[in-house]
Amino acid sequence: MKKKLVLLVLALTAVLMVGCGSNDNGYRYHITVYTAVEPAMYEAGLAAFRAAHPYVNVTSLRDSTGPITTRLMAEAANPVADVVWGTAASSMLVLAERGYLVPYAPAGLDRILPMFRCSRPVPYWVGNCAWETAFIINNVVIEQLGLSPSDIRCYEDLLRPELRGQVSMPNPASSGTGMLTVAALIQMYGVDSDEGWDFIAALHENIHMYTHSGSAPARDAAAGEVAVGVSFGFPAIYQMRQGAPVTVVFPELGSGWDLEANALIRRDVISPGAQIFLDWAISDEAMEIYSRSFPIIATGQGDYYYGFEGINPADQLFADLDLEWIASNRNEIIARWSQITGE
Amino acid sequence: MDMLSRLKRKLAGMSISQGITLLIFVTVLTVTMVLPLIQMLRMAFLGEGGVFVGLENYRRYFGNPLLARSIRNTIDISFWTTIISTTLGFFYAYGLTRSNIKFKTFFRYTALIPIFIPTVVHALGLIYLFGRQGILTRAFNLDIEIYGRLGIIMAEVIFTFPQAFLMFLVALKFTDGRLYEAADAMGIPAWKKMFFITLPEIKYTVVNVLFVCFTLAFTDFGAPKVLGGQFNVLATDIYQQVVGQFNMNMGAVVGTLLLVPAFASFIADRVISSKNAGTLSAKATTLVIKKSYARDGFFYVFCTAITASLLLLVGALFVGAFAYFYPFNMAFTLRHFDFPQAQGGINAFYNSLLMAGLTAVLGTIFVFVYAYLMEKVNGFGGIQRYGKLLGILPLAVPGMVIGLSFIFFFNSQANPLHFIFGTIIILVLANVISFFSVPFLTISACLKKLDKEYESVGDSMSIPRWKTFLRVSVPLSLPAILESSMYFFVNAMVTVSAMVFLVSPRFNIAAVAITQMEENGRPSQAAAMALLIFGINISVRILYEVSVKLIQFKLRKRETTNGN
Repeated sequence: MKKKLVLLVLALTAVLMVGCGSNDNGYRYHITVYTAVEPAMYEAGLAAFRAAHPYVNVTSLRDSTGPITTRLMAEAANPVADVVWGTAASSMLVLAERGYLVPYAPAGLDRILPMFRCSRPVPYWVGNCAWETAFIINNVVIEQLGLSPSDIRCYEDLLRPELRGQVSMPNPASSGTGMLTVAALIQMYGVDSDEGWDFIAALHENIHMYTHSGSAPARDAAAGEVAVGVSFGFPAIYQMRQGAPVTVVFPELGSGWDLEANALIRRDVISPGAQIFLDWAISDEAMEIYSRSFPIIATGQGDYYYGFEGINPADQLFADLDLEWIASNRNEIIARWSQITGE
Repeated sequence: MDMLSRLKRKLAGMSISQGITLLIFVTVLTVTMVLPLIQMLRMAFLGEGGVFVGLENYRRYFGNPLLARSIRNTIDISFWTTIISTTLGFFYAYGLTRSNIKFKTFFRYTALIPIFIPTVVHALGLIYLFGRQGILTRAFNLDIEIYGRLGIIMAEVIFTFPQAFLMFLVALKFTDGRLYEAADAMGIPAWKKMFFITLPEIKYTVVNVLFVCFTLAFTDFGAPKVLGGQFNVLATDIYQQVVGQFNMNMGAVVGTLLLVPAFASFIADRVISSKNAGTLSAKATTLVIKKSYARDGFFYVFCTAITASLLLLVGALFVGAFAYFYPFNMAFTLRHFDFPQAQGGINAFYNSLLMAGLTAVLGTIFVFVYAYLMEKVNGFGGIQRYGKLLGILPLAVPGMVIGLSFIFFFNSQANPLHFIFGTIIILVLANVISFFSVPFLTISACLKKLDKEYESVGDSMSIPRWKTFLRVSVPLSLPAILESSMYFFVNAMVTVSAMVFLVSPRFNIAAVAITQMEENGRPSQAAAMALLIFGINISVRILYEVSVKLIQFKLRKRETTNGN
């Protein structure tokens, strides 16, 4: 009986241990990639890269922009990642300034539009695609409030009295989408004017909840917890495709936006595999994969958004957006926003 | 001369190999628990770039009215959670021990439901019930603001209720029936018996429950993460400081604040347990529960209401997981069990199984040997006292703090253990440390009850200690071993707070995946994954109950045969 038990425990341990084993399948390079790209892009992208470069073994971590940036900062003294793939350009600006990145010009850099890359000749970071503020409106709830989905077209519409407690948006302190939306609003009204902040204060009256993630307002609107979620294009359209009774709207004055950017992490030894990955990350093949989720890609060819026939998604972007201003004023923006909203 | 003989006697009782083993085990626990904590405390006093700044971080923290408000919020929700959970837990346990209601086994097990699912899921269930599109909101036209203070308190009550209930259940089970008989003889009314017999008898448990509930609510991350909205608490602040604003030092500051109530609770518990020993007299008689339809009626209603609420919560998860798009399309579907690859897909669940399995097996082995070294080895008083303290210290360290201190400690280049960072090893280690104390106390208590003679006889017959250990101590402690393994397993399956900073590139786990899916707008998939965790935890619990019954059955059979 006792022996049986000991055997049982040993067998169980052995079974549990089997999963931990690993072996080298003749890989030439091993790299670790950190990324904040959307799930669909992540899966398709990695599969395509592995097929194209089977001798590069990729270990990858995907999380939201904030956690990825934090990890990179926390690990700066002893980096784990070789490459950061598709993470907010505004984060890349901070990482570059702190000296955590190595400039690298990936093959095919000349195809990338100037607005979508670091301005240095050998750039610290290069964008893949852009993501942009979008409103997601729950058709059922909005009608219960006596409005129709078509009543919500621009930022000012969010101030309608019917929407009191019916809007949710991301917190700029923790969400990249929150930051780009607030920053774009401030820039639209003029960074030296108070009007943008007055708008934030007025909008605060209608806010149900400030969320920590940029896709959460899309979730809330889809679930009918609020009538309108201020989110970004991808999760809004994801919810629509999942069968939620929603309408997705890009605000008329233009959307705030940021880039999914790639960069090379500063390490003692730079793996050639990292450069191979960065070259691939802006290749035509990769761009095609990005364009399936994010229609605005850095080579400027994207022009189709599921459900939005006949509009060029790139036209939605607020063209004068100043990413450098966002990166250098990040703390001030958060502080003032907190003061107004009490968050 | 006297000193010399004492020294000789002392040395005679010691063995070198036992001493070395003891030292190794104590060192392992020191390195994996104490050093990371010290590292975190250090971080709280460092500025950007690692310069010592004294209390500057704390000044900045308390100088920020918003962050200071988080402290007030945290205390506020913890206070109300404590009051409500303690009251509910007391009456529920009272009903199960001091009334004649039927279905006590059913009531006892359903009360444990919240233990088997992550706290994030308690919050998710509440949204499905009381959110603006919630099942109950729609059915009864309710208008409850679930996001914020009220929702968090509700979720924390669900989370802490089973703990309060279990502690009261143990305390109320044992009482001296004579006190009540005497009171009856003197014609003392029921409410007086409650206040002058029952409550004084369990006063230490009450204090303990108050502290435990407060600490659990104070340090929980899952519920405020989902329901927080405008209502920030310390645990979400850490997350925001570390994950949102990249401020490790501020994260460490908040981490130290989280330690405060846990340490107070820890000290209170130590003081109490030293006073609480052996209160039941040998002459005590079993309490005879009298007939009372009014009392039983009350407890039927009360226990049914609580049970129904908990079943409703799980029911809501089923609705969320199997409806095509709740509440707008209620067609049945299995599509939500196709989990997103970005969160690890179904592998996150298998990873959790592997991690929880390893935690249960390795954790129990480590704890058992550790407790054995503390209880059954003689002559290392100093180290053993330190070792025992170390064994219960994790009670005072919230999971979030363990996770954070592990990043600070294991992710430093200077650390030779750096290689475990980002592997399953660090997850298992964090789980073993997080949940170390309860198994340690269970097994220690069990070993204490085993007769010291086994060791003496073994030693005198020159049987090596490891043989006595394997052939006597281990089999006799089997129920405690099983209980500890189950405890490790179930907790490792549901914990998020220690894991959220530690999950690695290739290795996501189910409880963290649930948090991410909920946040990324996939609540149905989060509910589906929660059901898988719930299912496996229930199965493990049943397996445990059956094994213990079998062991007890065999023991009884052996006793009766011996008797013949």
